[in-house]
Amino acid sequence: MSGATGNEKKTALYDKHVALGARMVPFAGYMMPLSYSGQISEHKAVRNKVGIFDLSHMGEFIISGPGAIEAVDHLLTNRLVGAKPFQAVYSPMCLDNGGIVDDLIAYNLPDGVYLVVNASNIDKDARWIQEHLPAGVNFGNISDHTSLIAIQGPATLEFLAPLMDQPIAHLRTYTSVRAQVAGVDALVSRTGYTGEDGYELYVANAHAPELWDRLMELGQNIGLTPIGLAARDTLRFEMGYCLYGNDIDETTTPLESGLTWTVKLEKGDFVGRNALIEQNHRGVPRRLVGLRPDGERSIPRHGNPLRIGDRQVGHVTSGTFAPSLGMGLGMGYVESDLSRPRTQVTIDVRGKDVLAAVTVLPFYAYGSRPGRRKA
Amino acid sequence: MHTPAELKYTEEHEWVKLEGKEALVGITDYAQGELGDIVFVELPAEGKAVKQGEVFGTIEAVKTVSDLYAPVSGKVIATNKSLTDHPEDINKSPYKDGWMIRITVDNPGEMEKLLNADGYKTHVGAEH
Repeated sequence: MSGATGNEKKTALYDKHVALGARMVPFAGYMMPLSYSGQISEHKAVRNKVGIFDLSHMGEFIISGPGAIEAVDHLLTNRLVGAKPFQAVYSPMCLDNGGIVDDLIAYNLPDGVYLVVNASNIDKDARWIQEHLPAGVNFGNISDHTSLIAIQGPATLEFLAPLMDQPIAHLRTYTSVRAQVAGVDALVSRTGYTGEDGYELYVANAHAPELWDRLMELGQNIGLTPIGLAARDTLRFEMGYCLYGNDIDETTTPLESGLTWTVKLEKGDFVGRNALIEQNHRGVPRRLVGLRPDGERSIPRHGNPLRIGDRQVGHVTSGTFAPSLGMGLGMGYVESDLSRPRTQVTIDVRGKDVLAAVTVLPFYAYGSRPGRRKA
Repeated sequence: MHTPAELKYTEEHEWVKLEGKEALVGITDYAQGELGDIVFVELPAEGKAVKQGEVFGTIEAVKTVSDLYAPVSGKVIATNKSLTDHPEDINKSPYKDGWMIRITVDNPGEMEKLLNADGYKTHVGAEH
């Protein structure tokens, strides 16, 4: 049932998860904690208090040398040129035809552009980026040496600020700083994938276990809870954040998937720009929307067909029980004409017709995250 | 993983407890662990006939959905109504508070086709 091949990598924190009694599962080539105490209680701990995540499976690249920023900018739909030092930018990276190779975060750091990519796409992205970099711009893959610990939840600052060697409360979302956390050198970034306030801590593998131990110990009083991938998924889902491989992939464009705000057609040439200009001009054929079933006890699932009458008009890309809202919800693509809120569609949930209304994303609008959206 | 010796098991992870001419049915500790947090259970109406090996209901966890298979043939004489408000009882107490249906046992011989505790442990061990 677990589907592990035995060849999965372990993060530097693997032993910590096992000691905590986590349920370990293979994910994107790594053995990762799916849950510790239970995914609903973990989800609620992040919404109500503060949680700690091991996200060391994520990939990290450093692109350096003269022209590195411009070279990476040319691979992204969003604008990296002009980003201030230590600023971060969320962006899709597209194929020539506008399909999404990956979605990532790019940091403008003094030693180069730091890219954080999805674990499942590390090898593909490394090839794609190297193929497109001009001579003189260097590519480094530091994924196997880098750990990522995220602290997320409304009590994040209350927990983290006293452990820092410098203030972090003033950092805006999508900015970062090099600092010591509980005595450990880290890149500290006010980013996350939960809808709550939070920081992500990039550290060398060698220091990750001691940092994890210190955070867990110092977090006891405030109720710091370890959070697995299952709760991470429901947290991002309630925010309508896209999951690569489910909601976006090489067959979807950012204009279709609600990421239009990350597409800067006017910034100058970039890979995929012509295709996106053309799609924008001709009209986007389908859009990613939220789906709210009429009955509270129906849970849409990935792959369920969406119909109007007998005609299939799309499919569900992510569907789950949403713990903060107490009901099943879905995200999926529908023909653009049908993407207006309150449009009625039928979800075929395992052969059962479930009426649902198109709804705006995010589903959950009460998070503690400063600012309105992902960037 | 807890697997009581006095119960019988299906390969689809239901347990059955014979009580005279009736049987209690639920899902195993292993199954609830694999499913994760359970949020809804759909059970048959009382009086409905179920057949060994056929679907009698569904169970929805946060992450996934799974069918429930009748371990033996019979008629449903009671369902666990408290699961409507407390589906988490299946996670917390799969063999006791998390029971799902009580059925008549039409053909006790069907029990022979089920696994005993050791057989079930071997079965889920092999599934890993």
